[in-house]
Amino acid sequence: MSVVTNIYAVLFYVATLVLVLGVGAKVASYARTPAPLKIPTMPAPLTKAGAAFRVGREVVIFESLFRSDKWLWLFAAMFHFGLLLVLLRHARYFVSSDFEPLWTLIVLVQPFGKYAAFAMVAGLLALLGRRFVLARVRYITQPSDVLMLLLLLGIGVTGACMTFVTHTDVVGVKSFFMGLMTLRWQPLPADPILLVHLACVAVLMMVFPISKLLHVPGIFFSPTRNQADDSRERRHLAPWAVRMDAERTN
Amino acid sequence: MADFQIPVLSDEPAEFVPELQPGTMAHLRPFVAKPDHNVPLGFPGELVDDWKDKAIGRMGDLLNRYRSLRVYLDSCVKCGSCADKCHYFLGTNDPKNMPVARQDLLRSVYRRYFTTSGKLFGPLVGARDLTQEVLEEWYTYFHQCSQCRRCSVFCPYGIDTAEISMAARDIMDHVGYGMKYCNEIITKVHKIGNNLGLPGPALQDTLDGLEEDVKDGTGHDVKFPMDVKGAEVLLVTPSADFFAEPHVDGLIGYAKVFHQAGVSWTVSSYASEAGNFGMFIGSYEQMFKISNRIRKAALELGVKRIVFGECGHAWRVAYSFLNTYAGPWDFLDPRYPVPQHILEFTNDLIRNGGIRLDKDANSGMVLTVHDSCNVARASRMGNVPGGQFSVPRDVIRACVPKFVDMHPDTIHDKTFCCGGGGGLLTDDLMELRVKGAKPRMEALKQVIEQQGVTHMAAMCAICKSQFTKVLPYYGMKMDMIVSVHGLVSNAIQLGVNKD
Repeated sequence: MSVVTNIYAVLFYVATLVLVLGVGAKVASYARTPAPLKIPTMPAPLTKAGAAFRVGREVVIFESLFRSDKWLWLFAAMFHFGLLLVLLRHARYFVSSDFEPLWTLIVLVQPFGKYAAFAMVAGLLALLGRRFVLARVRYITQPSDVLMLLLLLGIGVTGACMTFVTHTDVVGVKSFFMGLMTLRWQPLPADPILLVHLACVAVLMMVFPISKLLHVPGIFFSPTRNQADDSRERRHLAPWAVRMDAERTN
Repeated sequence: MADFQIPVLSDEPAEFVPELQPGTMAHLRPFVAKPDHNVPLGFPGELVDDWKDKAIGRMGDLLNRYRSLRVYLDSCVKCGSCADKCHYFLGTNDPKNMPVARQDLLRSVYRRYFTTSGKLFGPLVGARDLTQEVLEEWYTYFHQCSQCRRCSVFCPYGIDTAEISMAARDIMDHVGYGMKYCNEIITKVHKIGNNLGLPGPALQDTLDGLEEDVKDGTGHDVKFPMDVKGAEVLLVTPSADFFAEPHVDGLIGYAKVFHQAGVSWTVSSYASEAGNFGMFIGSYEQMFKISNRIRKAALELGVKRIVFGECGHAWRVAYSFLNTYAGPWDFLDPRYPVPQHILEFTNDLIRNGGIRLDKDANSGMVLTVHDSCNVARASRMGNVPGGQFSVPRDVIRACVPKFVDMHPDTIHDKTFCCGGGGGLLTDDLMELRVKGAKPRMEALKQVIEQQGVTHMAAMCAICKSQFTKVLPYYGMKMDMIVSVHGLVSNAIQLGVNKD
């Protein structure tokens, strides 16, 4: 097995571990920390199911962002939905073609995922442009915000290159990743564009739990969005506040 | 009139995004609390020597207590969706008044001391040490946030800058660097019973005087009871209602509604304040203590219901938090929500014919309404989401011949703060208050010019005081602000037989 294959195999094991354990630890800390007061941004749904639906709308259609800024919403939607389709297309590298009916779905999504790359990259370029063109966005931009966009652009552009410009050995890539998953390592094609693409992906996975990408789990734990408006009907008390009831003089 | 420049109002409300002018508000900060205001609240008298360690320690405590803080400090992607939504930014052009920039003042320190990325990469991810300079910046700009939550409406993750600024103020209080206005008032609430320091006997005099005035004006024996045991309703209202204009017209309105409905009521001299400034300083303990005065008063007076007067932040604490702090309310009449808003109470009576209103009493008036931020975005009225918008409008429409709404981007949950909320209603911040009122003033000016609006109704003691003070800076008359129940007071038909 080549040095490159060994390096990338270890890299992806480490990246996966960091991603899963890191995000897991963050999610656990969010779940463990109580929300002591009812603070939904009103008007809010009256039921828990309604609040879950509200969170769902934020996740799927970016409802609040749409109310705020139509251009930003468009750029964000292009990037996120582009990325979603591209990721679904990538399922072909991790699922055996014998695995039906999933394989049929993966085949169906291929053409969509292929061209979604353009939406993704265009969205990212627009988001990057905003950071330099709009004075107020430039003011709040930190180096890491630009680096994150460049990293995603690196992934998007190298990926699109392998689809539209110079093909890589996709069969070899699949056998490498299937090999990683079954602990029977297979060689990784030593194609420079592929190596850059995969290195960027590994970096993204490793910075996920320590960066603003935490907005992904964060939205599900946002009290202003996930709480129901039922404070007069149901008494809401954080575990750490329970003892205070006993301190009352009446 | 002012030693600062009064903003020029644009003709297009909620459209104009200002140029950035860094540092324009860096000079403005409220007076620092003195030991007399801090020590009774359990805070250090003045800035402690080891304030840095104490501040980091307190931030750690809060991160373990508040999921909102933990999630919101991590989740921001700096998209700028909130940036042009804050009235203080729109009115001052100071970029540190953009909600995200304000949050970053605290987030940068969180990154540095509580995150892996901040410890590894420092300035690359916007992390910075907590220094004296940073503390001063916190003091300045976390006292330029009225905790109105307009930014949280537009954030794709619901990040609420109010949660961040409350945490920052709590941290500053815990190192002895709180603000005078809020801490002095909270001290007064505990000592005397209300924010204005109006003792029981003075309150009794005021109420007696109101009784006489109403008798003279209407010929009816409308009562203003205090500390009456066994009354049906405990009215908890902001103390400004007892004498400030136009607040007191609202109190007279409540009294007339109770009188006409035949519902006995009382105020409590012990809990003679609806306001709860514990919220402004982000103190769970203070909010708990202040809230439980109401529980104690309700128990001692043996009332069956609790009704709140017109006050925005008080209604947030009442509607959203009172059950948490001072519940359960199993000793009150279960047929009514606890607590109720006076506007819910009045609206129900209008609907079922319990009171009659004559619009001609307010003839010549064209009304608009200012949705208070804490009513609009942090609480509800009635049974359906959005009742906090429809209930006040229904009551106003029943009282006046003509009502129009302001620009749709400045009402309902997109309402702009009056500019004086969140514990900033103090003269040492007058420049901020005037500038922060700009977006609301623009929307108001538009309906005055285009729709002939003559008055703006408000349902919050702070809004009423703020507008009364600020309107003249913009060339408008201070008496165009009215209490919603001031309109009810004019229109209600006393002595008319019920159905």
